[in-house]
Amino acid sequence: MAFKNKEDAAAYWSANVRLMLTLLVVWFVVSFGCGVILVDVLNQIQIGGYKLGFWFAQQGSIYTFVVLIFVYAKKMGQLDRKFGVEEK
Amino acid sequence: MDLQTLTYIVVGMTFALYIGIAIWARAGSTKDFYIAGGGVHPVANGMATAADWMSAASFISMAGMIAFMGYGGSVFLMGWTGGFVLLAMLLAPYLRKFGKFTVPEFIGDRYYSKAARIVAVVCLIIASVTYVIGQMKGIGVAFSRFLEVDYGSGLLVGMGIVFVYAVLGGMKGITYTQIAQYCVLIFAYTIPAIFISLNLTGNPIPQLGLGSTMVGSDTFLLDRLDQVVTELGFHEYTTQSRLSQLNMFVYTMSLMIGTAGLPHVIIRFFTVPKVADARSSAGWALVFIAILYTTAPAVAAMARMNFMNTIEPNKGEYMVYDERPQWFKNWEKTGLLAFEDKNGDGKVQYSADKTVNEMVTVDNDIMVLANPEIARLPNWVIALVAAGGLAAALSTAAGLLLAIASAISHDLCKGVFMPDISEKSELMASRIAMAGAIGVAGYLGFNPPDFAAGTVALAFGLAASSIFPVLMMGIFSKRMNKEGAIAGMIAGITVTLLYVFQHKGIMFVASTAFLGDLPQNWFLGIEPNAFGAVGAVVNFVVAFAVSRVTQAPPEHVQEMVESIRMPAGAGEAQAH
Repeated sequence: MAFKNKEDAAAYWSANVRLMLTLLVVWFVVSFGCGVILVDVLNQIQIGGYKLGFWFAQQGSIYTFVVLIFVYAKKMGQLDRKFGVEEK
Repeated sequence: MDLQTLTYIVVGMTFALYIGIAIWARAGSTKDFYIAGGGVHPVANGMATAADWMSAASFISMAGMIAFMGYGGSVFLMGWTGGFVLLAMLLAPYLRKFGKFTVPEFIGDRYYSKAARIVAVVCLIIASVTYVIGQMKGIGVAFSRFLEVDYGSGLLVGMGIVFVYAVLGGMKGITYTQIAQYCVLIFAYTIPAIFISLNLTGNPIPQLGLGSTMVGSDTFLLDRLDQVVTELGFHEYTTQSRLSQLNMFVYTMSLMIGTAGLPHVIIRFFTVPKVADARSSAGWALVFIAILYTTAPAVAAMARMNFMNTIEPNKGEYMVYDERPQWFKNWEKTGLLAFEDKNGDGKVQYSADKTVNEMVTVDNDIMVLANPEIARLPNWVIALVAAGGLAAALSTAAGLLLAIASAISHDLCKGVFMPDISEKSELMASRIAMAGAIGVAGYLGFNPPDFAAGTVALAFGLAASSIFPVLMMGIFSKRMNKEGAIAGMIAGITVTLLYVFQHKGIMFVASTAFLGDLPQNWFLGIEPNAFGAVGAVVNFVVAFAVSRVTQAPPEHVQEMVESIRMPAGAGEAQAH
């Protein structure tokens, strides 16, 4: 089982890297963005008892991380099947 | 039944369970010993990884650190979870596809160099040994505080338990005990948190309770906490930064990269059957970790609140020392709490002002360990916390010891010194290496060296500045070669170690520090523990530059990189 040709291999890899970079942007925004750099701005907004920036730093970023990994696993599974390189 | 007996029963039962698993899950081959036979279900591996990862520090110390750092404690929450995103996308699936037994083995093959493999073994051993000392101390301390056996005997019992299941079962025994240990530690952590959240906010889910109003009032818990701490002269809880925004940024990044580069976590992903499983298993690991990590900030804020309410029930009305509760007396005995009546009025004043403050010692660890007692929870909950703390320390210790033992028996014995060793002898060698590693870790637990205090800085700094970049470049850059990788690793480690040593002393002997460990001496105000990310950047830059002016890696190595980028054909991990 392998790629049909060189073009397929390159297309698979660049799709993988693109997906990864997209998800890593989200990873960066929720933690370093909302939790650190923009924390003071977001703290102006209050949701329940939580200041929003504080919530991102101590709760929201962690929930987002979990979602990101499962999205990655699912999308990569689809990509593997599309290119016929999934494991049997 | 008194607390002491109850604690013995609960801890005894968990230990019997671990031993039972050890007898059931013995290793019959090197493949069993190194990667649990390679057939662990991704959800099961996720649970084992969670226990492997969450150490005595996560269980006992983290909530207490957050309680006193407020918002600044977020670096640990984000740093120690965000690394799993990097692990899932950048390393785990590819290293699983590579399909061998250890992290140095990948580095040796990818960079076609025994020297690179040996450098990796050295980094792995330093990072893991420093980390394991912390677990050994955790085991000894948990025994001495809850079971009132002395530190040394406690340590011996803990070593004995690890010895049985790690030497007999290797990764196989460790995997199944870690699953049991995860269950014990997560119950022990969440049950007190649920009770406390109910008491304070009426909401049984701590993650929601933290954002709720206090029982019998319409003031939000966090607003009330902010108000109380500022009245005592501390910085506002929800905005208290850790030195500076830049420092928080770099610290969080260092912990994330370090987490993704720690070998004892990476090797857990070698145990699942497929590449696709390695991806989803990282997600499951983070689910199980997130249960504790999102509860911890609630425990932190609520414990701090309870603690201050006990000392100062109403504004300006302080607790009389002679009427202090039983838990206060118990923890005074351990030295984790200390009171000094500075103004001689027999009452306990607590303040940010050091000249007035009479709570001269409040150890971070109190916030989790004494939490059930402060909240007046039943004795069985306290017994459970003891078992949970031990489970957290034992599971992480076992994972680290396996990483050390496999690096010695597989990378050094089989890979470098005795390539012709038979499978059976290698299995024996790995058991001996495991026994030896337990002995060394125990010895260092009894006689913690000067550098024990700086273990976190060293383990995360090394993983972040050496192991993570070299693995990532090995997968994502086909052009990266032996010269670049070795130069990068050495440059990354050197920068990180120099920075840590110049502020904390050479090998953490404080008198040899040539620059005091003070914020004004720090480069851009970055604390030494946070410097791994800077080391990683140096590693990347040096490796890139060196690889451009030296020869490209040989054809077969470039083909190997092609092959690890494609899931198909992984099959089972193979001995070679």
